Amino acid sequence: MSDEAKSEEMGRSRRFSPFSSRALKRIGNFLFTVSLTFIGLTAITFIIGRVMPADPVLAIVGDRAPQEVYDATWLALGLDKPLLQQYGIYIWNTLQGDLGTSIMTARPVLQDLIHFFPATLELATVATLAGIFIGVPMGVFAAVHQGSLGDHIVRIIGLFGYSVPIFWLGMVALLVFYAKLSWLPGPGRIEVYYDGIVEPVTRFILLDAALQGEWEIFKNALAHLVLPASMLATFALAYIARMTRSFMLDQLNQEYVLTARVKGLSEFSVIWRHAFRNVLVQLITIIGLTYASLLEGSVLTETVFAWPGIGQYITNSLFNADMNAVIGGTIVVGFCFVGINMLSDALYRFVDPRARG
Amino acid sequence: MLKITRRHLLATSLALALAAPAMDANLASAETPPDMLVMAKNIGDIITMDPAEVFEFTAGEVIANVYDRVMMFELEDLTTLVGGVTENADISEDGKTITLKIRSGQTFHSGNPLRAEDVAFSLQRVIKLNKTPVFIFTQFGWNLDNVDSMVVATDESTVKLTIDAEISPGLVLNALSAGVGSVVDKELVLSHEVDSDLGYAWLRTNSAGSGPYQLKTYKANELVMLESNPNYRHGAPAIKRVILRHVPEPSAQRLLIEKGDADMVRNLTPDQIKGLAGNNDVTVNNYPKAGLIYLASNDLHPFLSHPKVREALRYVIDYEGMANSFLEGQYQIHQAFWPAGLWGALEEKPFNFDMAKAMSLLTEAGYAGGENLTIDTLNQSPFQEIAQVIQQNLSQLGIETEIILSEGKTLWPKYRARKHELIIARWSPDYVDPHSNADAFADNPDNRAEAKLTGKLAWRTGWFDPDINAITAQAARELDLGQREKLYKDLQRKVQRVGPFSIMFQHNEQVALRNNIKGFVSGSNFDLVFYRTVTKE
Repeated sequence: MSDEAKSEEMGRSRRFSPFSSRALKRIGNFLFTVSLTFIGLTAITFIIGRVMPADPVLAIVGDRAPQEVYDATWLALGLDKPLLQQYGIYIWNTLQGDLGTSIMTARPVLQDLIHFFPATLELATVATLAGIFIGVPMGVFAAVHQGSLGDHIVRIIGLFGYSVPIFWLGMVALLVFYAKLSWLPGPGRIEVYYDGIVEPVTRFILLDAALQGEWEIFKNALAHLVLPASMLATFALAYIARMTRSFMLDQLNQEYVLTARVKGLSEFSVIWRHAFRNVLVQLITIIGLTYASLLEGSVLTETVFAWPGIGQYITNSLFNADMNAVIGGTIVVGFCFVGINMLSDALYRFVDPRARG
Repeated sequence: MLKITRRHLLATSLALALAAPAMDANLASAETPPDMLVMAKNIGDIITMDPAEVFEFTAGEVIANVYDRVMMFELEDLTTLVGGVTENADISEDGKTITLKIRSGQTFHSGNPLRAEDVAFSLQRVIKLNKTPVFIFTQFGWNLDNVDSMVVATDESTVKLTIDAEISPGLVLNALSAGVGSVVDKELVLSHEVDSDLGYAWLRTNSAGSGPYQLKTYKANELVMLESNPNYRHGAPAIKRVILRHVPEPSAQRLLIEKGDADMVRNLTPDQIKGLAGNNDVTVNNYPKAGLIYLASNDLHPFLSHPKVREALRYVIDYEGMANSFLEGQYQIHQAFWPAGLWGALEEKPFNFDMAKAMSLLTEAGYAGGENLTIDTLNQSPFQEIAQVIQQNLSQLGIETEIILSEGKTLWPKYRARKHELIIARWSPDYVDPHSNADAFADNPDNRAEAKLTGKLAWRTGWFDPDINAITAQAARELDLGQREKLYKDLQRKVQRVGPFSIMFQHNEQVALRNNIKGFVSGSNFDLVFYRTVTKE
């Protein structure tokens, strides 16, 4: 084997071996990020939960509880122990998969998260996809036709979606499309009389209904998804469209675009194959952040549409000093951010050869 | 010329697929099934379904329909206490022993027979679990050490209760109509026992009763589904399924009732109720409830402890103005601690809005102006509006106040720690006997901080009056019904005039129902709500 071939072979093995130092370093980095996120999130949330004035004991026993009942619950929750010890116990239990029991639902927090998170994931995913498929072309169109009527319309839509309170928009949407026009169903994830028919396997109601051949329920769930997802999508597409426009304007003023046009490339090719490819990395970042923020749960959308998602769960829990639920929810949201960040990193490498290192 | 490309076809197909559900009008205007009652309500307050622990409004209402109690107020006559699972109750001459005869032939939802043993177990379980409502039974002298001998099933159909406290047996029977008087299926509950918890973990989200409905599904912050009990002793309910659907936003509730996707909604605001006036498909019914809103002053505060200042506060409240504006339809004026419409209630309203009188009383108290106070209250309507009205009126007397709005979980610890100055709060009786509220508003046997009688409002406000304590105790142990009623009225009058509480309003629940819904009954207390007679025409 020639030296060149040897070097190529070594390079290939460096790229693919899971035991190469680069791969190990990446795994190490990943574990370090996850551990740091986990400790940081739990520590901060735990301490905030303990120092805030809301009383977790009263959340359980109610404000009329006799003092002896209050004291017994205080001890049962381990609140008499030093804060560090309480935190240590919490971490130890968490590492064994026990996130504690929620005060509000009387169920293990893990079970609650498995129940509530898919509702938010379903909503956020549909909203983000709508945001991408509508917002990106809108942004590109606005940038290419800068100053035109179309550009102004896109900018107004962007401003509207970004600044109109989603709570108000949700109510108006319900009033128009549900109450007045009867085009779409009202609040809820599904009509109540369908509840319990579909066996919760994946917990994604669309998927479960489809897998079990319950097409009537699938249709009903899909219809229920349209309004809340549209509300979130309005926000997502407004942000994505504005940012796409801005990134594209930046690229369209670059000399390489001028060169491409001088060379006689078609406008489609100039915009989509050259300029757009160069904004992809930035767009992935924006889309990732948008998706993650929607996964946090949009409390207002979930409240207006009575959508049993994680946003409403965490907020209700916070107001009721249900700290096990709050910390559990925070961990999930934190890991969503980590996961989406890592996915974004992988996509950077996919769309931009320079990022492959 | 229009050129149809593959891209156009794809886009059209996608648009049609997405629009398909929207075109189906049935999805948007589904009427609820005829054998199902769908109720939209904020059910976010539910934290447990175990009757030994339930103390919240929604869960209280649910378990009232799932469990029969030892004693009950039935919908046929909401003012008369009758036996629930009990056929009759014999009281010994000294009032210390009550013998309950259990009705024969009753069964639980599980099919298990309801026996005296189940009744004894249910009552003992309340003491053994030691949850919040336990104080309802500990006032009988029952505790962990003696409850097994104080509550005994002597045979298949007899339960003997021994009372070891100076307390009227009438009060005991009234207290047995509270949620803690619910009878649970011993065999079923114990089959789910874990670590000697008497089935507590299981019963928090399940049911083991004999009432008109059984709990089929409970999904926190989503829904509660009840299924009718065909073997109920009063006959099978007409509606097979009752669904309480969690809809926290009142505006969404209004849309649901107008569209017919809910048969009944429970949390509409006064404005939304007014908005329904022109809708011929919806009726709004009024149900007077026992919930009170009051202003309390802290007697440990040097300025507020003056009796004339306490009295002056009663005249700075614009009762009429508030009741006729933002509280219209939802609250009525009431000024005594036991709600109007219940046995023993004092319905006198001696106070009105009179700033001159308030100023004169403050002057008598030696007030020279320049006082600064805080008003704590809940960060929800109508508490913040009431606080603003009082703040404005106090300001005219030279008393500047800062309103502190908080969530209940932040407000109650402050109140229980006696760290408030003025507080606007709410209260509902735990059971339908005036002692329930007398115990809270009047009784404070030990005013020391270390006594920590945090369940009593009189202690929380640092108000101690030995005469009032004596009347409270006397009324609680009085055997003669007429004399007892007189004592409670006298007690209310005294507390009304000298206590740190300015009782202001009594709740009136407004329920919007579709016109085809009949037979819904909601009594005065939060758990006197009946689904079993509801029909759909």
